[in-house]
Amino acid sequence: MENQSQKDAALIVSASPHVRDVDSIPRIMWAVILSLIPAGIAGIFTFGYYCIYVVFLSCVTAVVTEAVIVWLRKVSVVNTMKDGSAIVTGILLAYTLPPGVPWYVPVVGSFFSIAIVKHTFGGLGNNIWNPALAARAFLQVAYPAVLNSDWRVLTEHGMHKIVHSIAKIGADGKLVDAITRATPLAKESGAETYRLAELFIGNIPGCIGETSAIALLLGGVYLIYKRYIKWYVPALYVATVFVMVLVLPPRTVTPWANNPMYHIFAGGLLLGAFFMATDMVTTPLTSRGLIIFAIGAGLLTALIRFYSGYPEGVCYSILLMNTATPLIDRFTKPRLYGIKKVKKG
Amino acid sequence: MLTRVKSKLKTFVGGIHPADDGKSLTRDRKEVTPLLPKTVYLFMSQHIGAPAKPMVKKGDIVKKGQLIGELQGFISANVHASVSGKVVDVIPWPHPVTGMKSPAVIIERTEDDTWAEGTDIVSDIDSISPEEIKQRIQWAGIVGLGGATFPTHVKLTPPKDKTIDTIVMNGAECEPFLTCDYRLMMDKPHEIIQGLRLVMKCLGCRKAHIGIEENKEDVYRLFKDIVSNDPNIRIDLLEVKYPQGAEHQLIKALLNREFKPTQLPLEVGAIVVNVGTAFAVYEAVKFKKPLIQRIITVTGNGVERPQNFLVRLGTPVKLLLEAAQVTPDVNKIIFGGPMMGISQASIDAAVTVKGTGGILVQRDAHQWESHACIRCGRCVDSCPYGLNPSELSIVCEAKEFNLALENNIMECKECGCCSYICPAKRPIVHLIKFAKAEIAKQRVKT
Repeated sequence: MENQSQKDAALIVSASPHVRDVDSIPRIMWAVILSLIPAGIAGIFTFGYYCIYVVFLSCVTAVVTEAVIVWLRKVSVVNTMKDGSAIVTGILLAYTLPPGVPWYVPVVGSFFSIAIVKHTFGGLGNNIWNPALAARAFLQVAYPAVLNSDWRVLTEHGMHKIVHSIAKIGADGKLVDAITRATPLAKESGAETYRLAELFIGNIPGCIGETSAIALLLGGVYLIYKRYIKWYVPALYVATVFVMVLVLPPRTVTPWANNPMYHIFAGGLLLGAFFMATDMVTTPLTSRGLIIFAIGAGLLTALIRFYSGYPEGVCYSILLMNTATPLIDRFTKPRLYGIKKVKKG
Repeated sequence: MLTRVKSKLKTFVGGIHPADDGKSLTRDRKEVTPLLPKTVYLFMSQHIGAPAKPMVKKGDIVKKGQLIGELQGFISANVHASVSGKVVDVIPWPHPVTGMKSPAVIIERTEDDTWAEGTDIVSDIDSISPEEIKQRIQWAGIVGLGGATFPTHVKLTPPKDKTIDTIVMNGAECEPFLTCDYRLMMDKPHEIIQGLRLVMKCLGCRKAHIGIEENKEDVYRLFKDIVSNDPNIRIDLLEVKYPQGAEHQLIKALLNREFKPTQLPLEVGAIVVNVGTAFAVYEAVKFKKPLIQRIITVTGNGVERPQNFLVRLGTPVKLLLEAAQVTPDVNKIIFGGPMMGISQASIDAAVTVKGTGGILVQRDAHQWESHACIRCGRCVDSCPYGLNPSELSIVCEAKEFNLALENNIMECKECGCCSYICPAKRPIVHLIKFAKAEIAKQRVKT
């Protein structure tokens, strides 16, 4: 539509500007994929090679689902595939899953995220909720036992081993205790606390991509450096949780209940703060809107962790703020130039 | 030294930093090659406002500088013959800015290149009266040469209830690739400052403020030397950022005054004069020479020898392209710079007008595939006018013109920052232009 050659067949006629920035959607998406790699490697170190299988299944399902849907919608399949957004969703979803989930969990979740959350609203750019998180919430309801389990057990050699099915663990009486902990934030895990260094490196129970703070920081800093995410979104999100943990009265008697550092490093907060609260499509447009979004997500995360039945609040807090995004946009319109009082002199 | 200057560079909020400013292609070529076309095509409309009325007819003999189009009404401008010769026709010709056919006087040049009677007379500019200055500017057909082509004499006639306290001179040249203003500033600094002083005298305005982008520090030092003993003329370096040279951004940066996008600078007691315009004023008042030529940058990767030319108005672009050694695989020709220039449908018909500061020739012009908005917010951050280009492009695409009006589409100056920065390559300015045209059509109907 923009271009149509006329008489001098070779000459392109189009509206200004005639130069464009080098950044494009594919460049942004592939940079996000790159930035997610350290967390994946950390996940493999902590939980074993089975993680690769989960990430792979999730990504393949996402890509295949997207390809089929854009083909049905008569959109260019090649161009849609090139943008890499399906892979981003696939990786992010896999990272929010416990390491030992059965194969159908990433497959069902990934299909749900692309087909339902993304494409029923019109595909990339039009979805209201973060596809990976909405799928994670869906799986939480669909397979609660699977998602709330710690799949990591210690072998007799002190090595970590992933057990691949509930049945297997259930059969081993000794491990029953271990399987109820999906995250160090679980209230039942009060007896066992982890040192800050362990939390930072990520050698703790949790989901595939959420445990290693250092790997997530590495990816996040890269995205900030590339200016694909705004630094104040993760910063404000984490800072809000930090403050809330300090001021809220504790609900549990665990030693870490009011330890803000524990809350920052033990759960999915960093993964959410760097990679999900910064999703362009589902967050506000303006910087003022993003500030509101980040603080709101921080407040909700802390409230859910402290006052709900869930140990973890990152997923729901971001989804709720996604829902509020159109409203935030409406109240944070940029100031029209020259409308404020005109200065003289 | 540079860091010290940098810390106090003035600028505005928003805007973009184009990755390739392209100025190095032509910047250091000191010679300005004069070009004499065989035939010139002089539009009666080379300015904002009513077209001039042709004063000559087919077969008339005209001399360089002779009035051939007389201004009609208040907002209009004279047109003068840019060569001596014979009028071969007065017919509608495709206009490079509007794309429509518009009346033009076509003159075939003869060898004689002498000025018409009543022009080329040296005057004493110290004793000239403000009224006389304005009359000469009006007579000379001077318009804003930065590209807006607003008739200068109209600018110099502010409404009675408005006082102008500062003349802002625009030496920013923020449009990438263009160096015509840079060349002029380096070659004619004294003349430009004289022109500025004439404008100040004409308005009885004591203060002037010159803005130069930091990439032209040599110009800054040159000007600074010239005005060093004049406390009334200030000069400041500006951050290199597009659109630093637009009226709103320039006045914000230099004077810290804001006015609505739909308003004129006189709302905040200022007028903006481009350096090219100031030079034309000097030529008109001092030498009684009307505006018949200007410097044009012919540049881009589609020409072998990018350079600045001194070009008579109405020169066929073909001649310029040949002189700059155009490559055979050119696929886009743009009047102006890459940010706000107008792409041409045909090389054969295109001729230069008063507002043409550059011709950008591209051989690998992209046709970007646009995508749905991913709400990254870069357009919002870059819009110097506080608009929401994302929302605007979406409602314009959906032809929801009422929503476009609600989103202040009329405040958009089409500077192009949003389209430039958009990672989804959405043709935002294109959609906004389209919607504005549709809204104008609807208004005519009702």
